[in-house]
Amino acid sequence: MAATFFGEVVKAPCRAGTEDQEEEEDERRETAEDREVRRQLARKREVRLFRRQTKTSLEVSLLEKYPCSKFIIAIGNNAVAFLSSFVMNSGVWEEVGCAKLWNEWCRTTDTVHLSPTDAFCVFYHLKSNPSVFGSCPRRNMQVTVLTCRHVTDYKTAESTSSLHSPFLKALKTENFKEPPCCSLLEQPNIVHDLPAAVLSYCQVWKIPAILYLCYTDVMKLDLITVGAFKPVLSSRSLKGLVKNIPQSTEILKKLMTTNEIQSNIYT
Amino acid sequence: MFVPCGDSVPDLAGFTFLMPAVSVGNVGQLAIDLIISTLNMCKIGYFYTDCLVPMVGNNPYATAEENSTELSINAEVYSLPSKKLVALQLRSIFIKYKSKPFCEKLLSWVKSSNCAKVIVLSSSHSYHRNDLQLRSTPFRYLLTPFLQKTVQNKIKSLNWEEMEKSPCIPEIDDSEFCIRIPGGGITKTLYDEGYSVMTPQHLPCSGKCQVHGDYSLAVVFLLRFFDLFSVL
Repeated sequence: MAATFFGEVVKAPCRAGTEDQEEEEDERRETAEDREVRRQLARKREVRLFRRQTKTSLEVSLLEKYPCSKFIIAIGNNAVAFLSSFVMNSGVWEEVGCAKLWNEWCRTTDTVHLSPTDAFCVFYHLKSNPSVFGSCPRRNMQVTVLTCRHVTDYKTAESTSSLHSPFLKALKTENFKEPPCCSLLEQPNIVHDLPAAVLSYCQVWKIPAILYLCYTDVMKLDLITVGAFKPVLSSRSLKGLVKNIPQSTEILKKLMTTNEIQSNIYT
Repeated sequence: MFVPCGDSVPDLAGFTFLMPAVSVGNVGQLAIDLIISTLNMCKIGYFYTDCLVPMVGNNPYATAEENSTELSINAEVYSLPSKKLVALQLRSIFIKYKSKPFCEKLLSWVKSSNCAKVIVLSSSHSYHRNDLQLRSTPFRYLLTPFLQKTVQNKIKSLNWEEMEKSPCIPEIDDSEFCIRIPGGGITKTLYDEGYSVMTPQHLPCSGKCQVHGDYSLAVVFLLRFFDLFSVL
């Protein structure tokens, strides 16, 4: 339940089902029309792949068309800004597809004019070495996931005054044999949502994968938070991809400025 | 679906399958955690499903630096072959409307694995107890008909009480009576699905306790549960 600005209490939208009896009663009361509405909502939530340039759907899964050995996923505006400025400014990256998705929390509907920090999902591959990403699980593929969490989510027995955020933590699958670029995430901390879904898939299907999680106290686009990802540049996945770090820093500053002009309290 | 850790699928024929219901106070899950860590059970695979909210973390049963970095996901399977015991641990909640499909897939796998019996550890809201229940222990069992015939007397001799039926619609005097497990998560669904889907040898039974906020009850529950386990 959540209180709105006007004070009335409303049920917060949530995909997690916690009320077993409520669900059973809902199913008993459901009519054919309710079931049809639920089916249509489920169809609307399906993830579809398409090419923005031609506005056509991709017939085969992306990874079958572009098999790869390195799959790098950035989730959230700081991780995306890091990848765009430090990795994708080196070499020529070609957009190969886009994921069209909708759920009740989506605010972005314009998929044509996007800055790299907008919430959306676009796939690129490196033209000079088109071996980044795919669809079928391949044992020789390595997955790297970058994302951020608020530092208040971090559980530790140490005093919070000793935490110097932003800081990086890692979680890796059993088949990932390289040493991570930072310390591993300690118990009882856990990760949810898309990064957890990706890592779970990789763990189950024995794909080497690592998640770099930046704990920060600034969730909007921030230079210091993006900078916290820099140790990842020395990892084997990204080492060969990064060429010019000073230029990357300039690109990042321009990205910050563009974003600041666009944001105001009315958007 | 079940995905083994190793290259071959372990043989679970004749094993006792233990699992928690994600229920009030997480009592079942805490009890399964205690069982897995106390008996030092080995992870044999994952129950990979889109029915649970995804989550990952490092090994919650770590005993040394070396095994503290093993990744754990939301649904994992552990076994102790010497005791013919297999345990499923669930670490996150169900996606809305996905609990019934999960029960169907799970019971289908358990049946195809030829497990001898299924034991569900669960809990229920203590404020639903009637006057009689308030005066007795907070532990109850629920058996499917096949097991009722074979073990009921032995369970009663251990002073376990059977789960009472309560009005299907509370507050209505002439309402029918049925098994209700408020706050019990998928317990009732598993019980109902198990009855209709599985052969008599595989029907689930459940041990449960009613929780009023003191999670140390999970430990007491577990100790009492081992009495029951010796009988089943």
